[in-house]
Amino acid sequence: MTTTKQPLSHLDWLESEAIYILREVAGQCSNPVLLFSGGKDSLCILRLAEKAFRPGKFPFPLMHIDTGHNYQEVLDFRDQRAAELGERLIVRSVEDSMKRGTVVLKSPDEPRNKHQSVTLLEAIEEFGFDCCIGGARRDEEKARAKERIMSFRDEFGQWDPKNQRPELWNLYNARSHKGENIRAFPISNWTEMDVWQYIEREKLGLPSIYFSHNRDIIMRGGAMMPANVPLANGEVINQPKAGEEVINMQVRFRTVGDITCTAPVLSDADNVSKIVIETATTTITERGATRLDDQTSDASMEQRKKEGYF
Amino acid sequence: MTNTTQNDSLLRFMTCGSVDDGKSTLIGRLLYDTKTILADTLTQISNTSKKRGMEAVDLSLLTDGLQAEREQGITIDVAYRYFSTGTRKYIIADAPGHEQYTRNMVTAASTANLAIILIDARRGVLTQTRRHSYLAHLVGIPHIVVAVNKMDLVNYDQAVYDKICADYATFAAEIGLAAARDIRFIPMSALNGDMLVDRLENMPWYTGETLLEMLEKAPAAHTEQSEAFRFPVQFVCRPHASDDPELHDFRGFMGRIESGEIAVGDAVTVLPNGYQSKVKAIQLGAEQLQSASTEQSVTLLLDDEIDTSRGDMIVKSAEAIEPVKQVEAFVCWLSETPLSTARTYIIRHTTRESKAKVGTISYKVDVNTLEQQATSDLKMNDIARISFKLAQPLMIDSYKNNRATGAFIIIDESTNNTVGAGMIV
Repeated sequence: MTTTKQPLSHLDWLESEAIYILREVAGQCSNPVLLFSGGKDSLCILRLAEKAFRPGKFPFPLMHIDTGHNYQEVLDFRDQRAAELGERLIVRSVEDSMKRGTVVLKSPDEPRNKHQSVTLLEAIEEFGFDCCIGGARRDEEKARAKERIMSFRDEFGQWDPKNQRPELWNLYNARSHKGENIRAFPISNWTEMDVWQYIEREKLGLPSIYFSHNRDIIMRGGAMMPANVPLANGEVINQPKAGEEVINMQVRFRTVGDITCTAPVLSDADNVSKIVIETATTTITERGATRLDDQTSDASMEQRKKEGYF
Repeated sequence: MTNTTQNDSLLRFMTCGSVDDGKSTLIGRLLYDTKTILADTLTQISNTSKKRGMEAVDLSLLTDGLQAEREQGITIDVAYRYFSTGTRKYIIADAPGHEQYTRNMVTAASTANLAIILIDARRGVLTQTRRHSYLAHLVGIPHIVVAVNKMDLVNYDQAVYDKICADYATFAAEIGLAAARDIRFIPMSALNGDMLVDRLENMPWYTGETLLEMLEKAPAAHTEQSEAFRFPVQFVCRPHASDDPELHDFRGFMGRIESGEIAVGDAVTVLPNGYQSKVKAIQLGAEQLQSASTEQSVTLLLDDEIDTSRGDMIVKSAEAIEPVKQVEAFVCWLSETPLSTARTYIIRHTTRESKAKVGTISYKVDVNTLEQQATSDLKMNDIARISFKLAQPLMIDSYKNNRATGAFIIIDESTNNTVGAGMIV
């Protein structure tokens, strides 16, 4: 009576699950949007969306919330990828929120990651989006281990860990009332390793800063900071303060975000297969090594999520 | 961390136990011994352990997620953890085991193919063991590992272990678990690591598999028997407005194969309308497939132009089912607001929704004694056998035969919350 069937490989299984989630969003929500930064996780999601919806167009636009502190290489890559796919890209900027006065910085060089929430909520309201698809993964951070695939946010974009919908089987509930919002995470069950293996298998292109390169670095607060980074508006940020030494090092970025709070790691991995090997042998978590804003307190991610951060 | 290849299989399992059974320690130990824990995380929990005045690193802190829970020192929601061994990727659903959290256990069980049921060697088979076993059985987990933990606290005594195994076997036979499920036993100490990843030297009398060996060999979902083909349509792709004239007549039915296999040329029926056609093509992204099977997300093209939309189900004509407008199911209530027999709810079954009203509540099951009790209401964490009348026909299988087409959730339209989980009898 028992026939032994070959199960899917874990990558095929994860891919199929993510495609299923994307199609559920398309089937259940009336006005979803895919958050796309040009980073590796969102590039995986673009490939998954191609597999989910081609030969049709994506049933949602792409949107980037730009902090104004992004690497030019990543922004160029973002625009290029959206153009190649022929999909609509919306860009909304934290700096516009600053001009409107809805984002007020404590100091000019403060990391802007947490202020993305404000701009995101403003964009949700502007376009009337009822669901935002994002590339967050449960393995990234403790507070995310209990995150739902379809996560409910109230009118203020708030995530209440005690008031989340139970999620059983693959019966996702993405219903929301007007003003409320669902955040959908198709690669929830992926690890950093799965992401790199998928990039390798699918031969996905990535912004150059993911690969080993030489860069001027300053050491600040025990972490490596990229020094003297030019922005699109001509400004140069992360200039060394008095007494700080600039050292040229061979580095790459494991995660890409706001320049002021995303640190590179020492690496000579200049292609994807070397990165897969490096990922397999690293002793530091992705966020531990590279996200300066998560280290403030043990619960800092949870705090930001409650405030509407992605 | 051990390297993985792209071709590893995947196993989803859950752990059942209470705070005191060492469940968090077990998971922490699995992650630690498979080298999934990286240095900075270890430093973090080591600091927290010291802050709390503990001498050794408390591995259970690894699975202690949210601030609220850390403050209370208990786990109150299902958390998902990941590790890889080089041959397999694992997804652990970590659910609290207290009676108040029946709904969390049911949630975790819904996607698991194996359950580890923890028993404290000092305390033996308890009420909660019965509860966990009943729920694992109810939610159809095919493989059960009974882990007799804390063997270090009973001097690794084989007699204690044997007695617990015999007690459990008696009880499992009583509730029909033994006949329906694959049950294995293992003695262990999660604290020391005996019999988890490493065998160690404390229990030479146990010659069976270690926990990790059991996990590595457990069959993945859908691999043990042949199943009927069930393809709920999620999304219909009609790119007729595009510039490519070849796509003018393209009509692709997109979805995930919930069970069974399909091949080009197979005769299919689209339910509930009963239209018949043949499979013209199967696509996965740009790839053309000759056949596809369970758990693959694909696009099906049919020979005939059939009016089909989200919520319909494509089945093989030889395996067609009769759509029904009434279902009988075991329901676990998940909401703080009790079930109202007067109200209309929404039932979501596969990709289909229907309005539903309660017909009759046959009885409630006491999850501790497994006794059936007459009842007229259903509160959070209650489990009852209920019949529903449906506004729309559903294409169902019994949950016993198919965990995808036999399951549904109940949604309260006023809040949009998921308030119940149903398993069709």
